[in-house]
Amino acid sequence: MTAASSRKLIVLAAIWVVLLLAPYWMAPLGGYTALATRVLVLGLAAMSVNFLLGFTGVLSFGHAAWFGLGAYGAGLTLKYLALSTPLAVIAGMLLGGLCGAILGTLLVRRRGVYFAMVTIAFGQVFYYIAFQWSSLTGGDDGLRGFARQPLDFGLFKLDILSDANIFYYFVLVCFALVVGTMGFILRSPFGRTMIAIRENERRARFLGIPVERHIWIAFTLSCFFMGFAGALYALVNNFADPRGLHYSQSGDFVMMAVMGGMRSFWGPLLGAAVFVVLQDYLSSITVNWMSFVGLLFILVVLFFPRGLLGFFQRSKA
Amino acid sequence: MTLLLLFNITNGLIVGAFYVLMALGLSLILNLSNVINFAHGGFLVIGGYIAYAISPYVGFWGALLLAPPLTAVIGLVVERVLIRPLYGRDPLYSLLLTFGLAFMIEDLTRFIFGPQGKPFAIPAFLAQPLSNELFFITGYRLFMVAMVFVAIALLFVLLRYTRLGIRIRAGTLDLETVAALGINVRLLRSLNFAVGIFLAGLSGVLAAGQLGLEPTMGTGLLMPSFIAIIVGGIGSLPGTLVGGLLIGVASGVTAVFFPAASEAVIYVLMAVILLTRPRGLFGEEGMMG
Repeated sequence: MTAASSRKLIVLAAIWVVLLLAPYWMAPLGGYTALATRVLVLGLAAMSVNFLLGFTGVLSFGHAAWFGLGAYGAGLTLKYLALSTPLAVIAGMLLGGLCGAILGTLLVRRRGVYFAMVTIAFGQVFYYIAFQWSSLTGGDDGLRGFARQPLDFGLFKLDILSDANIFYYFVLVCFALVVGTMGFILRSPFGRTMIAIRENERRARFLGIPVERHIWIAFTLSCFFMGFAGALYALVNNFADPRGLHYSQSGDFVMMAVMGGMRSFWGPLLGAAVFVVLQDYLSSITVNWMSFVGLLFILVVLFFPRGLLGFFQRSKA
Repeated sequence: MTLLLLFNITNGLIVGAFYVLMALGLSLILNLSNVINFAHGGFLVIGGYIAYAISPYVGFWGALLLAPPLTAVIGLVVERVLIRPLYGRDPLYSLLLTFGLAFMIEDLTRFIFGPQGKPFAIPAFLAQPLSNELFFITGYRLFMVAMVFVAIALLFVLLRYTRLGIRIRAGTLDLETVAALGINVRLLRSLNFAVGIFLAGLSGVLAAGQLGLEPTMGTGLLMPSFIAIIVGGIGSLPGTLVGGLLIGVASGVTAVFFPAASEAVIYVLMAVILLTRPRGLFGEEGMMG
C-alpha cells in the first residue's frame, strides 16, 4: 500500500468516525442532534449536485427542483398512500429522479451558461406547481399533516419518530448507502468517462464517447440522489415547503459544493456543514442574516474559489 | 369575448415590453461577458428606490431622468470591484457572486427602507384610464411602453452607429479578435455592463410607478426575463425582444382561459421552443450552446 492510499484510508476512516459519533460530540459543542441530521441531508444534496458539477463539469442551477420533488413525493406518500417510511423515501426518490430524467432529455445538448439558465427556468416550473396546486400541496403554507413512521423489522421496532439519535443513525445509514453508490459509480469506467468529459469534452467525443448520453445518465443519476435527499429532508422536518424547490435553494446547494471544494468527493459535505451551522447561527442573532449569507457568497467566490478543501490542499503543497 | 381577448393581448404586449427592457440588459451582459447577472433584479430595485428617494426633490420627471444613470454608476462600481476579477473563470463563479449580491441588495433595501411596500407617485394625468368603455388601460401603461420603445430605439442607435456599440457587437462575436485589434476590452465590458444596468434602473423606475416599491420586486421579474432570452435565443438581441413580447402575450391570453396557468404557460412555451428549436427563435447554432 502506498503512502497516498493509506493516507486516503485514514481520512476516510476519520470522516466516518466523526459522522458516527456526531450525536455525542455535537451537544457539548453547543449543537443539537437535529442540526447534525440536517447537515447530513443537505450535505447529501450538495454531494449530489457536485456529482454533476464537480465530476461531469455540468452546472445545473435548478437542482432544488428534484430535491423539493423528493420531499413532496415522500410527504404525499405518507399523507395519502401508505404509512411507511421506506416507501416514502423510495417514492420521493422516484418522483425527483423520473422528472429529472424526462427533463434531462431537453437539456443535454445545452452547455455552460445556457445549461444553467435552462435548468433554473425549468426548476421554477416545479416551484410554481407546488405553489399553485394548493389542494394537493398546501400551496404557500407547505405540506403538513404527515410524520415519519417508526421502522418495523418484525423482530424489533426502531422509533425514529421521537428519538432524535435513532433518527440520526437511520439518516446516516441512508446517507452511507447513497454516498457508497456515488463512490462506486465514480470509480467505475462510467465515472472515469464523466471525468474525461469534464476535462475535455471535444476529445472525449473524438474518442467515440457518446457525450450527450453520458451527460444525460449523470444528470439523471444526480436527480435520483437529489430526490432521495429531498425525501429524507421531508422526514427530518415532517414538512415539505415550496421554497425547497426555489432556485435560491439551488443556489445554496451549489454554494455548499463550491465552498467545500468542487473537485473533492467529500468537500460538499464540509461546505454544507459550514453553511448550515453558519445560517443557523446568523439567523439566531440577526434579522439581516440574508446580507451575511450574500456576503459569504461574494467572499467565497472572490477569495476561496477552490473551496475549503482546495484551499488547504494548495497551502499544503 | 373578443374584446376581453383583445384587452388581454394588449395587456400582454405591455407586460412583455417590460420584460424586454429587463431582458435586453441581461442579454447584453450575458452576450459580451458570459455573466448571468442574477443581481439584475436587484439593480431594478436599486433604480426604483433611488427614484423614490430623490423624487421629493426633483419630481417624477427628474427621478425618471436621474435614477437610471445613477443606477448605472453603481453598476459600474460593482463591475469594477466584484465582477471584473471573475472574467475568464468558469461562469459558475460570476453566477454565484451575483446570486449573493442579489441577496444583499434585497436585504439591505429592506434594512434601509423597511419591509413594507412604498407607493411611488406618478403624474395625475398619466394615472387616468384612457377610455372607460374600451380598454381600462391607464395612460401610465402606454407611457411605459413608449419609454420602452424609446430605450430600445436608443439602444439600437448605440449598437448600430456608435463606435462603442459596434465594438460591443464585435466583442459578442469574437472578443479575442477585438482585443487583438488593440481595443480596451476591460473598458468595453465595463461600459457594456453599465448600459445593461442602466436599462435595469429604468425598468425599476417604470415598475415603481406601476406596482409600487417592494424590496422583493426584482426577484419576480427576473425569471420571465430569463425565459425571454432563452425563447428568443441566447446571443441575439432581436430574439430577446421578440421573446419578451411573445411570453407577455402568451401569459396574457392564457389569463383569459385558464388564469391559474398564466404564469406556468411561459415555461411551457420555453419547453416547446427547446424541443422544436433548441437554439431559440433567433439563436445561432454553436454560438453559445
